[in-house]
Amino acid sequence: MSVTYVDAIRDAQEKLLRDDPRVFLYGQDISKFGGAFKATKGLAEAFPGRVLDSPISEDAMIGMAVGAAIEGMRPIVEMQFADFSSIAFNQIVNQAATHFYRTGVPVPLTVRLPSGGTPGSGPFHSQSMEALYAHYPGLVVVTPATVSDAYHMLIESVELDDPVVYCEHKFLYRWLKAPRINGDNLPIGRARITRPGKHATVVTYSAMVHEAVRAAERLKEEGSWEIEVVDLRSVKPLDIDTVLASVARTGRLLALGEAFPWGGVTAEVVARVCADGFHLLDAPPKRLNSRDTPVPYHPKLWAAHRPTPESICIALRELLNF
Amino acid sequence: MLRSRLLENKLSSLYKAGKIVGGVYLGKGQEAVSASLGASLIKGRDIFAALIRDQAGRTAFGEPLIDCTRTYLGSVLGPMKGRDGNIHRGRPLDGMPAMISHLGAEVSVVAGMLVARRLKGELQGVVGATCVGDGATSTGAFHEGLNMAAVENLPMVVIVGNNQFAYSTPTDRQYACEDLVERAKGYGVGGHSVDGTDMLACTKVIGRAVQLAREGGGPQMVVARLLRLTGHGEHDDGSYVPQTLKAGHLGRDCLDVGEAQMVENGYASAEEVERWKTEFADEVQAAVAQAQQEPVPDPWHEVWHACSTQTGRGL
Ligand SMILES: Cc1ncc(C[n+]2csc(CCOP(=O)(O)OP(=O)(O)O)c2C)c(N)n1
Repeated sequence: MSVTYVDAIRDAQEKLLRDDPRVFLYGQDISKFGGAFKATKGLAEAFPGRVLDSPISEDAMIGMAVGAAIEGMRPIVEMQFADFSSIAFNQIVNQAATHFYRTGVPVPLTVRLPSGGTPGSGPFHSQSMEALYAHYPGLVVVTPATVSDAYHMLIESVELDDPVVYCEHKFLYRWLKAPRINGDNLPIGRARITRPGKHATVVTYSAMVHEAVRAAERLKEEGSWEIEVVDLRSVKPLDIDTVLASVARTGRLLALGEAFPWGGVTAEVVARVCADGFHLLDAPPKRLNSRDTPVPYHPKLWAAHRPTPESICIALRELLNF
Repeated sequence: MLRSRLLENKLSSLYKAGKIVGGVYLGKGQEAVSASLGASLIKGRDIFAALIRDQAGRTAFGEPLIDCTRTYLGSVLGPMKGRDGNIHRGRPLDGMPAMISHLGAEVSVVAGMLVARRLKGELQGVVGATCVGDGATSTGAFHEGLNMAAVENLPMVVIVGNNQFAYSTPTDRQYACEDLVERAKGYGVGGHSVDGTDMLACTKVIGRAVQLAREGGGPQMVVARLLRLTGHGEHDDGSYVPQTLKAGHLGRDCLDVGEAQMVENGYASAEEVERWKTEFADEVQAAVAQAQQEPVPDPWHEVWHACSTQTGRGL
């Protein structure tokens, strides 16, 4: 028996519903149908009245969750695709994110965003929104890359008293499997060294962790390069200590992300390393993101739009040869 | 209607054979509504913002079949060049805006196109139309867009295809009024109801709504009752649709109804209808064959620019 990434998300929600009567789920097609990606399969039957189909009203969905959270509930809202959360942007960044600061009353809600691209999904079903939300004070933004993290971080997100934007990657849903959910969970806000190395550090998160590991394996075969891969796990808070400690070991930094290149998580990582760890660097830090166009529809264009093991290797070779 | 059904049947089998780029979303059971709208509009003058199930309306409005097959088969010669796909395709300068996935978003865009025509002094005799589903009527974009169209008194027609489900969600989880047409009054727009399985009724009611808008009657909303006779997309078997609904009046196929109505009313003979079937099947086959032999997008030749203005400074 193995557990997929989407199973882990489902199982975490099952545990949350079972253990905490304050938890309820709200989203489009999530009840009997089990959600567009089956992340809530069987939960409506097991927890009657607590897994509800919402109208197609993203703004009202988050507004409702804010209200319920103020009243002491722990809502989990599923966006059918991360891209549609743009409609709820006002409620997320102005209502939920500012609430505790303004009133002292916390808003413990979790928004699940099926994020990132898959072949043939096009510009409106592929976006990575983590940087937008991370920009706003008052939100926690998590980006699990492993099956066990998907499970533990969802549970921790719901337990947190703050609004959490939980970015789950669609490409990993069924592709990523683990024999079981393991107990090596770290708290939100701590990065993980996915693969140790000594010649260069790749700092990344979500599905790009796996592309970075592939690139690292190739470079090991090619030239015995030892590339360290750091999985941020949460982009806000951002564990700069682990990043700096890694750069101290390797002297070289590549910040890698699937989101658009302007600003964003990779820019933040580079800026902080330059500010706090300039003396650790043996080469100018590099960034690699998707291209600066909307996410294209055709699988051939899509594959060239996001970073791939090939493009990561090219960036790393430039970094290693500086 | 018929041409579109044959095209979509072909698309479905190509999808099942793994030949299609991306998902396939069919309009089976909604063709009478869609085609009635497309046929009531004038290509080259009017504006038609189609929804995912509006292949029939697109075809009736005059979109060439090849636009559709090229996009589905990933030909670089299609209107979207592989950058966006299938149901999102359009030719905005020809009065066919390209939709975004965000439901309800086209309503205000059509309003904007009409406002522009008014500012340019070109609104006379023009109609802008768009379609939404019962699910999309729950979006803020739909409410804001329709209200704006009413405030601006635009010649606009909004068709609500109430096909009983938004993906899997039944209408009682989508709205709590008796009938969506009641809302028209609240917005201050004309309201019309129609049995979406009845082709003649659709041509009549939708044709009248378009005419009212064209003649200065302001925005019109038509709510069509029907049942989608297929899954949400071809990946979905639609098993959540109860058998009783399928077996009832809404479950009848508008294409069969339309065919019978054509023959009964003497608009066409049974032989003529049969001849159309072979003619259209050949047309579909030719469009598919042509798109299949065309090149697909090549990342090396792709222009990776999202802005039309290129300053050389990486705008
Ligand atoms: C704002 C927004 N939220 C969610 C979705 C995902 N989605 C795509 S189609 C669909 C159901 C649409 O139902 P309806 O409007 O009734 O049209 P139908 O498919 O039934 O024709 C949903 C929820 C979306 N496209 N846009």
